[in-house]
Amino acid sequence: MYQGIRIAGFGGQGVISAGVLIAQAGIIDGKEVSFFPAYGAEMRGGTANCSVVVSDEEVTTPIVSRPDTVIVMNEPSLAKFEPMVKPGGVLIINTSLVNSKPTRTDVRIVNVPCNDIADNEIGNPKTLNMVMLGAFAKATGAITLESVKAALPKVYKKLAKKPEVLALNEKAFLAGANAVK
Amino acid sequence: MGEKKLMKGNEALAEGAVRAGCRFFAGYPITPQNEVPEYMSWRLPEVGGAFIQAESEVSAINMIYGAAGTGTRCMTSSSSPGISLKQEGLSYCAGADLPLLIANMMRGGPGLGNIAGCQGDYWQATRGGGHGDYRLYVVAPNSVNELANLPRKCYEVAFKYRIPSMILADGTIGQMMEPVEYKEEPIDVSKLEKPEWAIGVNHEHRAKRRITSYDLTEGGLEIMVNDRIKRYKAIEENEVMFEEKMTEDADMIVVAFGTPSRVATAAIKMLREKGIKAGLFRPITLWPFPYKQIQALAKRVKKFVSVETSMGQMVEDVRLALNGTAETHLYCKVGAAVLTAEEVAAALEEIHNGSTKYAAVK
Repeated sequence: MYQGIRIAGFGGQGVISAGVLIAQAGIIDGKEVSFFPAYGAEMRGGTANCSVVVSDEEVTTPIVSRPDTVIVMNEPSLAKFEPMVKPGGVLIINTSLVNSKPTRTDVRIVNVPCNDIADNEIGNPKTLNMVMLGAFAKATGAITLESVKAALPKVYKKLAKKPEVLALNEKAFLAGANAVK
Repeated sequence: MGEKKLMKGNEALAEGAVRAGCRFFAGYPITPQNEVPEYMSWRLPEVGGAFIQAESEVSAINMIYGAAGTGTRCMTSSSSPGISLKQEGLSYCAGADLPLLIANMMRGGPGLGNIAGCQGDYWQATRGGGHGDYRLYVVAPNSVNELANLPRKCYEVAFKYRIPSMILADGTIGQMMEPVEYKEEPIDVSKLEKPEWAIGVNHEHRAKRRITSYDLTEGGLEIMVNDRIKRYKAIEENEVMFEEKMTEDADMIVVAFGTPSRVATAAIKMLREKGIKAGLFRPITLWPFPYKQIQALAKRVKKFVSVETSMGQMVEDVRLALNGTAETHLYCKVGAAVLTAEEVAAALEEIHNGSTKYAAVK
């Protein structure tokens, strides 16, 4: 199994955090992983993206140029990252913020209104990236709810003492998964 | 030993240095290595060490000059333009035979360049960088785990041969996160013996000691430098590190270090699916460069390709190693552009098929 992922969106959407969580979940599942963020003058409201690899074998290139899965969280990221998806790969689109339609016909398109689910169904906009992770898990099978649950307190040490926040994240994850048809 | 921990390269390097006995760090911020001083600023006080954010890179390297003179395991880090600023101090440290660790998380250059990962400082690192006849022990990790475990080796070599050691990594390695497993238990610095040349320690019952990079007596400097050259020869003899992958049956060898060595591995795997038998030779020590090991491969393989994110710097060492016994080709990207496996594979295939597009470097 080899899963190369690119996640892209606005700074503040939890794009980088989601990438770290996928990598940590991969370690928990006994996989080889790497995570690489776009770094530098990143800021809330600017653009952010990262590369993640989860694999049974050694990870070669950490900057994923031909992703198996692309997650697009905002409008400008669609044009930039849609062409990169491997033929036969998965393109997950946050339809709450992306109005343009993808043009690729050789990839699986997964539409998820992530912001609407986080804001309305969960009632907490901060859970946006957990909705996205749930959709990613359902669409690809690369990570599981169990591994993400175990990853959360490892990445965010303070969460270990906040079961109510963990429960909220789990709820958002499951809502994202359920949104994938 | 314990579970694998997901760590950012820069933080894994800093923790690795602390575990290897580093108790003094001085540095000045620059992207993409800021997590190194940030980590050291809270970590070193925890273990009884000292962290100083200096007022400049020049100041930081001269603090290291002083700290290294006391036999303390010390470290500074920076990225390309900052490393340039440290060159004078580094030359003095080399001239005073001081063991230390300096890390360069290379970014695009020359000048201010940009903040993305690049390998344009290869010449600077392997040819000295500052003025005078000297060498640095230079190692180049290609993963966060290797980066995390290298400081120990760097201090061992630095103290054994009294030479500054450098970790030369591209910014990508510093910024990425990967699982880390420290191979050895942390060093107990209280059990490290103070070197017989160190100043500021063991004052009683001994002759005066001096840390200096000069000797103004007739012929004195010549003796100093010749003594150093003997140690350099010993390092060349004993301390070469490299890795080979898929070279056993290869008819074309890719030479690459750092992140490009991983991109090259992906490209080689693509070629092998097409039946092209390529292999990877990865120098881990850039000085001493594995000349003999590459020479040995050339008895069987007649085509070598240096893959770099610099304008063709390491390729000169590959040519020196081959000395005309095999073709040397170059595939490179500059300006901190991202090297992709697809384009490396395409270039390697052309070279394998004898295309003149990436003609042999003469």
